[in-house]
Amino acid sequence: MNESCDAPACALPEEDVLAMTDIHVEFPVFRGIAKRKVGTVKAVDGVTLRVKRGETLGLVGESGCGKTTLGRAALRLYEPTSGSVCFEGTDITHLKDRALRPIRRHMALIFQDPSGSLDPRKSAGHIVGEPLRIHKLTSSKADYERRVEELFSLVGLDPCMMDRVPHEFSGGQRQRIGIARALACDPSLIICDEPVSALDVSMQAQIMNLLKDLQAGLGNLAYVFVAHDLSVVRHVSDRVAVMYLGRIVELTSSADLYHDPRHPYTQALLAAVPIPDPYVEQDRDRIYLEGEIPSPLDPPTGCTFHPRCPRAIPACSEEAPELRDIGGGHEVSCLRV
Amino acid sequence: MSRLLEVRDLKVDFYTPNGTVRAVDGVSYTLDEREIVGLVGESGCGKSASQLAVMQLTESPGVIAGGEVLFEGHDLLRFAKNGPEMRAVRGGKIAMIFQEPMTSLNPVLTVGAQLEEAVRTHCPLSKSEAQERAVELLRLVGTPSPETRVKDYPHQFSGGMCQRVMIAMGLSCSPRVLIADEPTTALDVTTQAQVLRLMRNLVEELGTALVVVTHNLGVVARYVHRIYVMYAGRVVESGTTKDIFAHPRHPYTLGLLKSVPRLDERHGSRLIPIEGLPPNLIDMPGTCAFLPRCPNAIDRCREESWPELESVGGGHDVRCYVNLGEAR
Repeated sequence: MNESCDAPACALPEEDVLAMTDIHVEFPVFRGIAKRKVGTVKAVDGVTLRVKRGETLGLVGESGCGKTTLGRAALRLYEPTSGSVCFEGTDITHLKDRALRPIRRHMALIFQDPSGSLDPRKSAGHIVGEPLRIHKLTSSKADYERRVEELFSLVGLDPCMMDRVPHEFSGGQRQRIGIARALACDPSLIICDEPVSALDVSMQAQIMNLLKDLQAGLGNLAYVFVAHDLSVVRHVSDRVAVMYLGRIVELTSSADLYHDPRHPYTQALLAAVPIPDPYVEQDRDRIYLEGEIPSPLDPPTGCTFHPRCPRAIPACSEEAPELRDIGGGHEVSCLRV
Repeated sequence: MSRLLEVRDLKVDFYTPNGTVRAVDGVSYTLDEREIVGLVGESGCGKSASQLAVMQLTESPGVIAGGEVLFEGHDLLRFAKNGPEMRAVRGGKIAMIFQEPMTSLNPVLTVGAQLEEAVRTHCPLSKSEAQERAVELLRLVGTPSPETRVKDYPHQFSGGMCQRVMIAMGLSCSPRVLIADEPTTALDVTTQAQVLRLMRNLVEELGTALVVVTHNLGVVARYVHRIYVMYAGRVVESGTTKDIFAHPRHPYTLGLLKSVPRLDERHGSRLIPIEGLPPNLIDMPGTCAFLPRCPNAIDRCREESWPELESVGGGHDVRCYVNLGEAR
């Protein structure tokens, strides 16, 4: 397949699968009977992000921080208001549907709610095989069936369950169906949007291990792992980006995130997550954030975190800090660092 | 510390078209004054169903099939479900906070009106006194400018603020016992920390005892004094938080602890999940319900019925033939 025949190329280091540059995603807000536009929500406010081949990049933050919007903008499920998205060396920011479709084959999405994202009236086999049919990737019926069976085995489901409908599976198994569907077209990037949040503790571990094993086994598969649970994100990710009100405030390796967090918000977020060990807990420092996340309709000036920040100085309310590298790929956006 | 609440051999059945589900199967626990007790387990293990039964809030097709709930010298289950004695206890002396703060509040009444209703149901206050009390309660749970916020509707509050309103409502009549069913599951982590700290401080200040129902082992480790681990409707292990985390005796407890990622773990470490699926509660075999998923099972587990909860010393009870502590 000649995929990038008329698509604009973009300069992208060979090891990057995805590069997002200065992405803004804005949603208009309408009020009243006349549906007059009263403002815009800057869900993503100038994010630059690269995802390397085969790595897992975690996006973490509290509700409304724009992590899901950013993940979806990477697939162009939401149209960025400005900025560019490059996927595997192709600038896909302005591609039309027809040109985008063969490229989308290589990207996939796993959803939070495994029941809501599977058609209740279709068999599991039909659901998993749908991408193969859409992209016409198999040459014969036998080939198609062999491939669907292969996908079932890959995610640890018994292929003899192919004819069952989603409600006959447990939550964890349904998420496996969602993962098998995402893997159908051999993607190089999967956006995992809160893939384990709806599952029980014991199921979460099974799915996280499965995602890791698939990545190790398939090679060259990158994940963008969007979740609110910092322990989960840190466990599965190589690098983690912490988001607050549409911006990345800190981006660093998983190890540094816990051992050397620099942004006051990251520090508070880490301190708020309880560790399941009472002996560790009794000796931990507590940082309690006051107040709540401000409305993204009317974000604070300067650094958006300054009204809640324990280390804020007057300059923080005037000047919005840039995300800058403080060495070793550790990026922080804070005037005090 | 004196004993406040004692639940003995509580059983709850749900009648479904496919058969009877015993969601709670002989659960016993105790709660002392100023104590924070955690009920831990995965969905469907009966932790919420047991708490609803304590309040006699079990709804059809569920039925309380047996047991005793001893509180202030009475068995609450002997009171008529909607009789005056039960209504005095429910919301008055024992209050409950639910998981979904947004859906637990009435969207067409102001927050103040709902607080006043809770107050006046149980305390003989005039309307103006109740209004003052509502403001006072909102201030107690850390609402900024409570005088104006009482006139707001629930949709004008964030999730965390709604949960604070629920806590305020729970505390409105100075209950002896507060039961919180997954109080922070719907909240963000920084808000979760605020709400849990608030609840712990209130327990200390007001002398209320607290039962926290949760699946979050981190929350348990940080806030709870004693734990009851539940599986398939039964308590499989109980003891002090430190004891359970340091020396888990039941393979399920150990499995839970190994399957959660820890923030302080070394990067690249691997989780050890509990294999298999939780049991179907219809037609349970007589043997241990964890047997099909248990990595430590011995022949005795397959041959004999589910073991009794037995003490291993220091207030630590476990329902298992293997008893991991001795094997180690």
